[in-house]
Amino acid sequence: MQALVLRLRQSGHLPVLAAAACTLALLLVGSLYSSNFLSAQYLLQQLQIASFLGIVATGAMLVILLGGIDLSVPWVVTMGGVMSAAAAGWWGATGEMLAIPFGIACGCLIGAINGIGVAYLRVPSMIFTLGMNAVAQGLIVVQTGGFAPQDRSTPAMHVLATGRALLGIPNALLVWLVVGACTVFLLHRTTLGRAIYAVGNRERAAYLSGVDTRRVTFLCFLIAGGCSAATGVLLTGYATKAYQAMGDAYLLPAIAAVVLGGTHILGGRGSYLGTVVGVLLITLLQSILSVMQIPEMGRQVIYGVVIIAMLLVYGRGQRLAQ
Amino acid sequence: MTGKQRTATDWLPDWRYRLHEQRGTWMAVAMFVLIFVLYIAKHPSGLTVPVLTTAANKGVLLAVVAMAQTLPVLTSGIDLSVGMVFVLANCLASHLVVGSSLQAAFGVVVVLAVGALCGFINGAIIVWGRLQPIITTLATGTIYFGLALGLRPVPGGDVHAGLADALTGALPGGVPAMVLVLVVVILLVWVPYRRSALGRAALAIGSAEGAAYMSGVDIGRTKLLTYTLAGLLAAIGGLLLTFVTYSGEASSAIGGVYTLNSIAAVVIGGTSLAGGAGSAIGSVFGALVLRTIGDLLFVFDLEPLWQPLFQGLILLAAVSLGAVQLLKVSNRLELFK
Repeated sequence: MQALVLRLRQSGHLPVLAAAACTLALLLVGSLYSSNFLSAQYLLQQLQIASFLGIVATGAMLVILLGGIDLSVPWVVTMGGVMSAAAAGWWGATGEMLAIPFGIACGCLIGAINGIGVAYLRVPSMIFTLGMNAVAQGLIVVQTGGFAPQDRSTPAMHVLATGRALLGIPNALLVWLVVGACTVFLLHRTTLGRAIYAVGNRERAAYLSGVDTRRVTFLCFLIAGGCSAATGVLLTGYATKAYQAMGDAYLLPAIAAVVLGGTHILGGRGSYLGTVVGVLLITLLQSILSVMQIPEMGRQVIYGVVIIAMLLVYGRGQRLAQ
Repeated sequence: MTGKQRTATDWLPDWRYRLHEQRGTWMAVAMFVLIFVLYIAKHPSGLTVPVLTTAANKGVLLAVVAMAQTLPVLTSGIDLSVGMVFVLANCLASHLVVGSSLQAAFGVVVVLAVGALCGFINGAIIVWGRLQPIITTLATGTIYFGLALGLRPVPGGDVHAGLADALTGALPGGVPAMVLVLVVVILLVWVPYRRSALGRAALAIGSAEGAAYMSGVDIGRTKLLTYTLAGLLAAIGGLLLTFVTYSGEASSAIGGVYTLNSIAAVVIGGTSLAGGAGSAIGSVFGALVLRTIGDLLFVFDLEPLWQPLFQGLILLAAVSLGAVQLLKVSNRLELFK
């Protein structure tokens, strides 16, 4: 047993397995409470909701792998939603077609500015993305308050977020699958992916090995912005309208999902599979806490305790003496 | 970083060395004076006691929370739960700091103790649990917010009126009482900490944890004390908030805003987010700068709609100021860590 644990720990798959075990345990606990928890209907619905978090977490993971953090998630999500709905209002029929790419492009733009600040101006990512979050918030306040744009989602967005086109599988889940597949390909089959891990381990070494580390950082932040905005677009479709602060509930869960999935918060280590498991774990936890009708207070406390407890089990750092 | 600058300035006389070492703090002070003079000059009623008192009441709250944030940042950690401890202390104070003077005094002690306990829990998880500060305090922040919500599901409560009026009013000379509170907090918490062996150890840990460990610094004890003091300071902020608003409110928005602004204030105050260099005094002025900028937009009759955008842009500009130093870098390798 000891040897097995040791081998698992060295392989780096221990967090993924532990998180997966916790996810299953949560499902079992839920099924004791109500048999609905194991029904395909409930599970598919959870996967649909998990997709929104999953796409944000994808971007968050790329940035965390670099050793950075993206705190601009809340208002970039909102920006994606608000701008895509607004595009449909501005440009009529053409706008409806352009709504989704336009919303994502706005997110990419904010992400690109984040990237310039972090990669080229060398401002710590925590503080620069914080500033960009405030700027994005300001832009949205001016935009929605001053110009009263359309906030209804377009039919395409609604179908994308809530429809079930293929064998009853939610479309949102398919979107997450595509995003996930692209990310796995990016991380494991491209030089950029290699470079992301290299920069996360030691940027100086990566630079000396001939990696354009600033370009890598820039691209990761750009993709992260796009991912956040894409979630905003889906959320707008899901709720049929975009509203201010719609992204506030996504920052903490996204980071928690990435870290619970075994990605090292200081960068350089982590797998996408872990992030997927982390997202499912967080989504299930939130769902079960709300189904059990635990008051908001208890939910917050349990949520925090579970994250700490899980990390204490498998996310501990090394002793300094080592 | 500091190590290199120190060798480069070895030949400087003592006072110039000190000036150089604390230029971040002085920058923040200069920025604050400039903005505050502009604010007073533009304010319709000018430099009057009520204007000063209102400004102080708002500014000191953030200044104390920014001090709380500075301590972990100096050890190259971070405390993302300061805002939530702030809110928790606010909710607790709205229950406990009431009734007779003795009761209220007891309440104050309990509130501060709870804040210190929250900070101690953060430190314990980070030191003994060996988790990263950023994710630890993110999670404990949720817990503290949950507790605050339990104490105050809806905003309300009360506070000892005599104490509140005394602390949020003005002293006989026209100096806002809050400023005195701030000075007392600095003298009682920051100065002894900075001058103690543990405070020095905290800076050493921030510069190079491995080297500090090798030099025999008790890293665990230093970090525990640092996070405990951060919790205590955040609770002082929450207590003062109760005196200003006369009520308690468990709002995640307030907690979030204070956490984020405290980090911004720390950076504007010249403390390096990488740790090992900086001062809580700088953060205090960083916080005052942030607060005055918000008021400045107000007296300049900027349309309220545009205020958040301008605040964001100024925040972004302030934190990007450090990029100017890039121009001085002669070896590009120095850019990367």
